[in-house]
Amino acid sequence: MITIKNLHAKVAGNEILKGLNLQVNAGEVHAIMGPNGSGKSTLANVLAGNEAYEVTEGEVIFNGKNLLELAPEERACEGIFLAFQYPVEIPGVTNSTFLKTAIDSIRKYRNEPEISAKEFLALIREKAALLDMDNKLISRAVNEGFSGGEKKRNEILQLLMLNPKLAILDETDSGLDIDALKIVSKGVNHFRSPENATIVVTHYQRLLDYIVPDFVHVLYKGKIIKSGGKELALELEEKGYDWLKTDEVEAV
Amino acid sequence: MSEENKTIENVTNSEYKWGFVTEIEEDAFPKGLNEDIIRKISEIKQEPEWLLEWRLKAYKHWLTLKEPTWAKVKYESPDFQDIRYFSAPKQKPKLNSLDEVDPELLATFEKLGIPLEEQKLLANVAVDAVFDSVSVATTFKETLKEKGVIFSSISEAVREHPDLVKKYLGSVVPYTDNFYAALNAAVFSDGSFVYIPKGVRCPMELSTYFRINAAETGQFERTLIVADEGGYVSYLEGCTAPQRDENQLHAAVVELIAMDNAEIKYSTVQNWYPGDKDGKGGIYNFVTKRGLCETNAKISWTQVETGSAVTWKYPSCVLKGDNSIGEFYSIAVTNNYQQADTGTKMIHIGKNTRSTIVSKGISAGFSDNSYRGLVKVHKSAEGARNFSQCDSMLMSDKCGAHTFPYIEVDNNSSTVEHEATTSKVSEDQIFYLNQRGIPTEDAVNMIVNGFCKEVFRVLPMEFAVEAQKLLEISLEGSVG
Repeated sequence: MITIKNLHAKVAGNEILKGLNLQVNAGEVHAIMGPNGSGKSTLANVLAGNEAYEVTEGEVIFNGKNLLELAPEERACEGIFLAFQYPVEIPGVTNSTFLKTAIDSIRKYRNEPEISAKEFLALIREKAALLDMDNKLISRAVNEGFSGGEKKRNEILQLLMLNPKLAILDETDSGLDIDALKIVSKGVNHFRSPENATIVVTHYQRLLDYIVPDFVHVLYKGKIIKSGGKELALELEEKGYDWLKTDEVEAV
Repeated sequence: MSEENKTIENVTNSEYKWGFVTEIEEDAFPKGLNEDIIRKISEIKQEPEWLLEWRLKAYKHWLTLKEPTWAKVKYESPDFQDIRYFSAPKQKPKLNSLDEVDPELLATFEKLGIPLEEQKLLANVAVDAVFDSVSVATTFKETLKEKGVIFSSISEAVREHPDLVKKYLGSVVPYTDNFYAALNAAVFSDGSFVYIPKGVRCPMELSTYFRINAAETGQFERTLIVADEGGYVSYLEGCTAPQRDENQLHAAVVELIAMDNAEIKYSTVQNWYPGDKDGKGGIYNFVTKRGLCETNAKISWTQVETGSAVTWKYPSCVLKGDNSIGEFYSIAVTNNYQQADTGTKMIHIGKNTRSTIVSKGISAGFSDNSYRGLVKVHKSAEGARNFSQCDSMLMSDKCGAHTFPYIEVDNNSSTVEHEATTSKVSEDQIFYLNQRGIPTEDAVNMIVNGFCKEVFRVLPMEFAVEAQKLLEISLEGSVG
C-alpha cells in the first residue's frame, strides 16, 4: 500500500527524519514507537503533506502514486487519513457540515455523486453510536469546546466516516482515560479490514493492548532502528528505549 | 511566502465579477453644485415648494460644513464641483408593465441574477428597481395596495403622499446631522418610500436593488420607511455596480421610524465596486442610516458589506420609547486596498431599552477594517441593557483590524457588556480541512462562513444565500 524509501525531512531547518524506510501492506497495522523527538509526529505530518515539513530526500509511493507530489487534499482524496494529535477548532462550522463537505470533496475527486442528506445522516448516526458519541456533538461546531477525549473521539468518527485506505493515528491515545481509550480502540478495530492499513504512532504500549499491531517499529533519531512483532512493544514497555540506543549502529 | 499565503492572495485577488456597464442613454446634468442645480433637480421631479425650500436650506447648511475626518480611512477627498448631481435613464418611465422597460436594463438585471419577470411570478418579493436615480419598474404594487402598504419611489411618494413624506422626511436624520446628510438632503435624486399602516404585517419582503450606472455620477439615495403602530416590515437592500476607473461618491440617507409596537427589519447586502487590485477606482460609500423606536418598537439592522473602496457607515437606533429594542448585525469584508470604518450607535433613552451589537470584520490583502460603535445610555434609560460583540478575522499579514468602542453611561441601573476578539485564519485550520479532502478555497470559505454564522442566521433566507456567495467571491484567492 505504501512504500517509504530513505525519507529525509526537515522542520524549521532541523533535519528530523534521516533516512526512514517502511513498507506497509493492505490489511496490516504497524505501530511506530520511540522516545520524544525521535520523529514520529514528523513522519505522520510528512505523509499527510503538512507544508511546515520539508522533504529533502527520499520517496513515498502510495498505491503506485508518488505521494510527495500531491497536495494535502489530493492525498486525502487518494485515501490518506491523519488522526491529529491536536485537532483544531473550526468555530461556527458544524461537525456535520464539515464532514459532509469532506465526503463530497473526496467523492468529487473520484467523480462520484454527492452523498445524499439521508444517506449521510444514517451513516453519521451509526458511526457516532459505535463511538458512544452524543448526537449533540454532531451538530456542534468542529471541536469547539470539546474536551480532549471528545476531540480524539471526533477524529475517529471522521476516520469511520471517510473510510480511508491508510489511517495514520498520531498519538491518538495521549490524554485519554482508560474508558475513552477503549472506545477509540473499538473504533479503530471496527475500521480495520483486509483492504486498508493503519499506522499507529504512539509513546506507550498501552494503546497496543487494544489495537493489536502486526508489526512494531522503533524510531530513534529519524530512523527505524528495530522492527519486530507485537511482542517488541511489550519488551519496550519493560526495558524502555535505552537498551536499543546502543544497538543503533548495528540496526538497519 | 508559504503556499497557503499564495492561495489566500489568489482568492483575495479575484477581480470584481460584476463589473459590467450597461449602455443606456443618460439624461445627465452638467457637473457641479449650486442653487440652480438644486432648483433644476426639484423642477424635473415636479416637487412641491416646501421640498425645494428644504433642499435649499440643506444646501446652505452644507456650505458651512467640513468633511468629517475622524474615521480611520484615507482617501482623496472628492471634488464636489466635479460631480454630476442628477442622472436618469432617458426613456422616461411611465410604464404599465415590464415589457415597456428598456431591454438593456432588463438584461442588466438578468446579469445580476434578478430577473424581474421571474421574481414577479415566483418569489414572494416585491421589487422596486432603482436604476441610477429613477425608479423604472415597480412590481407587486397591487398586492401591497390591498393591505394599504405604500411601497414606491420617494419621488412618487412626494407627489402622491406629500403629507406623510413631509411629516417624516428628515425627522430622524435632519439635514444638519452631518456633512453627507446635508449634501444628500440638498441633492437626493430618488430612493424608496415605505409606509406600513397600523397593525399591518407587510405580506412580503420588500426589496430594492440599487445600481450606480452613469460614470462620474454621484448617487444620493434617500430612503424613508415608516411602520405605524403595530406594523411590521422586512426590507432588503442590495447593491452591485459596474466597474469604473474613477472614484464615485455615494452618500445615501436611510431613515426608519418604528411607531409603538412596530418592527422594522432592514437588511443590506452591499457589493459596490471596491476598486482594482491596486486600489484604483472604487466607490466611496458615506452613508447615514438611523432608526427611531417608539414604545415597544424594534429595529434590526443587518448588513453584509463587501464592496466599496471606502466605507463610512453606522446604522443606528434611537431607542426613545420604553422597552424598545435595537439590533445591529454586521459582516464587513475588506480586501486589497479597501477601507471600511463601520459600526453602529445605540442611543438608549427609554426605560428598559435593549440593544444587541454583533459585528464581524474580515480583513484581507492590504485592507483596513474598523469597527466603530457607540453605546449611549441616557439618564432616563432605567434598566437599559446592551450586549456588544466585535470579532475580527485577519487573512493576511498586511491588513488591519481595529475596534473603537465608545460607551457612555449616565444611568447606573443599566448593563453594558462588550466582548471583542481578533483571530487569524490559521495554517493549522486550513491544513486540517485539507487533510479531510477539502481544497484550500473551500476551506477558507468554510472558516469564514463559520466566523460569520451569527449574522447569516439573522438574514432573510434568500439573502443569506446571496450573501454567502458574495463573501466567497469577495475573498476568492485571499487566504493568508
